[in-house]
Amino acid sequence: MTAHLKFDEPDTRNRLDDMTQGVIGQPLNRPEGLMKVTGTAPYAAEYPIDGCLEGVLVTAPFAKGQITQIDAASVCDMPGIVDIINDPRMTSRAAQGTADEAPQQEIRKVDYFGQPIALIVAESFEQARDASKQLHIEYDADDLSDTHFDPATVDTETYEEPTIQGDLEHAMASAAHSVDLIYTTEGHASAAMEPHAAIAQWDGETLTVHASLQMLNYNISELADSLDLEENQVRLISRYVGGGFGSKLGVSQEVVAASIAAMKLNKPVRVVMSRQQVFQCIMRRSETRQRIRLAADKEVRLCGFGHEARVSNLPGEEFAEPVTQASEFLYAGENRILQIELARIHRMTAGSVRAPGEAVGMQALEAAMDELAEKAGIDPVELRLRNIPETHPTDNLPYSSRKLAECLRQGADSFGWKKGSRTPRQQREGEWWIGTGMASAARIHNVSEAKARVSLLDDGTALVETDMTDIGTGTYAVLNQTAGEMLGLSQDKVLVELGDTRFPRGPGSGGSWGASSTASAVFLACEAIQKEIAHRLNCETGDLSFKDGTVTVGDKSHDLHKIIGNEPIIAEGHFEPGKTEDDFAAASFGSFFAEVAVNRWTGETRVRRMTGAFGFGRVLNAKTARSQCLGGMTWCIGSALTESLLFDPNDGHLVNCDLAEYHVPVHRDVPDLDVILVEERDPAASPVQAKGVGELGICGGAGAIANAIYNACGARLYSFPMTPDRVLAAMADT
Amino acid sequence: MITVNGSSLPLPSDPRTTLLDFLRHDAHLTGTKKGCDHGQCGACTIMVNGIRINSCLTLAVMHDGDSVTTIEGLGTPIDPSPLQQAFLDHDGYQCGYCTPGQICSATAMFDEIALEWPSDATDDLMEAPQLTDEEIKERMSGNLCRCGAYVNIVAAIREVSKGGQ
Repeated sequence: MTAHLKFDEPDTRNRLDDMTQGVIGQPLNRPEGLMKVTGTAPYAAEYPIDGCLEGVLVTAPFAKGQITQIDAASVCDMPGIVDIINDPRMTSRAAQGTADEAPQQEIRKVDYFGQPIALIVAESFEQARDASKQLHIEYDADDLSDTHFDPATVDTETYEEPTIQGDLEHAMASAAHSVDLIYTTEGHASAAMEPHAAIAQWDGETLTVHASLQMLNYNISELADSLDLEENQVRLISRYVGGGFGSKLGVSQEVVAASIAAMKLNKPVRVVMSRQQVFQCIMRRSETRQRIRLAADKEVRLCGFGHEARVSNLPGEEFAEPVTQASEFLYAGENRILQIELARIHRMTAGSVRAPGEAVGMQALEAAMDELAEKAGIDPVELRLRNIPETHPTDNLPYSSRKLAECLRQGADSFGWKKGSRTPRQQREGEWWIGTGMASAARIHNVSEAKARVSLLDDGTALVETDMTDIGTGTYAVLNQTAGEMLGLSQDKVLVELGDTRFPRGPGSGGSWGASSTASAVFLACEAIQKEIAHRLNCETGDLSFKDGTVTVGDKSHDLHKIIGNEPIIAEGHFEPGKTEDDFAAASFGSFFAEVAVNRWTGETRVRRMTGAFGFGRVLNAKTARSQCLGGMTWCIGSALTESLLFDPNDGHLVNCDLAEYHVPVHRDVPDLDVILVEERDPAASPVQAKGVGELGICGGAGAIANAIYNACGARLYSFPMTPDRVLAAMADT
Repeated sequence: MITVNGSSLPLPSDPRTTLLDFLRHDAHLTGTKKGCDHGQCGACTIMVNGIRINSCLTLAVMHDGDSVTTIEGLGTPIDPSPLQQAFLDHDGYQCGYCTPGQICSATAMFDEIALEWPSDATDDLMEAPQLTDEEIKERMSGNLCRCGAYVNIVAAIREVSKGGQ
């Protein structure tokens, strides 16, 4: 059976709420959790495969030019060396998310420092690593005076169609209150804890690759295209992925290199990137320069809204950090300019890092909103509440469910937000200035085509299969609970199998679309199974009640496994986005409230507490959803205070290419974080009324911290991260 | 020879093999994770003779006669340790990759508190340190979690620490 739905109308039935199992939304432990906490969950590089050779990538020690010779003879006599691969099909860059085709493959043409140029294959990792340091290569490096590393020094191109509406200049000139501010943010790394890794096996007909990837349905096309294979000759497996955050959206260099080596040598080959390689040749989030103009009338209602950003990428890349994404829909203002300028420079590929666009766009916007509130003399929460538009400010579309106001109010209440005067420097404890700040959260809602198979087996348990991945997001849990709710099964009666291209395909994990899209496919499959059961019991689906393996019609109960009989009932759910995407402006919303302490002598900032309130449609599992929010808020602390990719201005290399020098938040940087999940159903978002939550928690929170720093010590900062040197420089002496 | 989770194993012949790579490749104990290979992330934390170390920063051949405990030696899916169970209950992990290191680290940290070792978060060096949240966070700061599960990790450790008292 196949159940297909093109999502042309909102699903207001809220079917999951009619079910009786009571498992959907519950804060259950993750079904795969015991495997993770006992170290028995296998990640990509950890499959025991006999005779597996070890590959180590060799990378370019210069930023731009041509490799002229790779001298295999320089290492081929070293112990254990099997081969030196520099096949032209090897990929020099990772694919962008949803690319669906091979990324750049000219590995001899070097476009950034650290680009892979060859693969050493040896019997052991130690042998391959040693040879990778000894391999002699010759190259013609371009003159550095012709190679641009700094986006400020090159001409830019306008990315896609800007939004230009009304007359912003006039609105600014005639505004009762206005701000015109420039912010900068530095580049970010995803820095997922598991480095990119692959084990490739070739049996002469089929290439099987265990890889650490987020979007198998796209990755299989990207890999097949890279190797001139048909998709049916490739199988990708990613059952456990040690974090992604965008860095594993597209097929990466080690996957293709391992595959080429395995096919050439007819032996399994494992390639794991070093941490430095992950930093140097996987996606960065672009640095940004953002000009924000806000014009408001006497009532402090926005009449002008400008958000213009300059971002960068390598030549040939289509991606530009969509900095203004939430600015399109979040606040009012009929006179608008939203524009992105793209600078072509020779830093590694810029691509998606958790919440591309909003992660850096929202923190700047929310800092600017704070300054506008101060200028206009109103409470920052009130300013946001006053500027929630009736309809989308450009498209005039209605919003789907939107809980921004509820999030602002509930967040403020829970945090204990004090309305009224926001004069800085009102509280000091010893050498620490104490202050508070707030921000809105917003992240666009996406869904994508997804398929999943649900099999109701003769023992009364259910099996869910899809190529969707769980990158820490809770996919195993939420698909289990979706099927369990629909079929009346407890968590232990549903098995979810993920991350294998042999299963029905879906969109994978990215853009916060995985859970709502794939859960919708599971939901559709379960509806088809319900229908089949109703047919067998000669009744309507609505007459059935499913609970704990029993189906009840009226006052009569049936054991589920007896209805199933000897043959499993199998249905494939196929969810396809439709007109609802065009009919509504859909997004997840929230609010952040932060309290910080700023050291008056050193400029060091400590986040003392933080509250986030979030509305993202139906909560599928309150425990994993809360964890997603906690993770996002933790990223806000990094983005606000410490995270910054630093490039050498002379030769373009990434200076801080490891976890000692690129500072992600550690335990002691993170206070107790309070998360409020605001009750919501969004029937226009997906058939399960859910939106995305994986990224919402990072969209704006760094702005709340910036605003709290100002409130604490009077330092307005326009450069993220707000490191002690920057805070100190912006702080008045007394 | 080296003892790993109670089993005696021969040391590798290649002196370049780190203790981490020995565990993952030679001993097939992949619960110990490689996150950075430079002692920066803590994913490879194990206990050697009861003391936590980054197994990527030491060579296997340096551990002749030593006794190693890895995540696999603390508990199993059928019989998890109290801390493993607490991590499960508090969702003290997301992707799971830093998790074995966090759990090994926290397990050894309890012993360090029992031995009254002070830390940067200890106010009074003359008094036995208490496992306050600040102590937990300071002592666990060598274990990075990019998913940002810190709040839940601390909650899990706090629960077991209270149970232990």
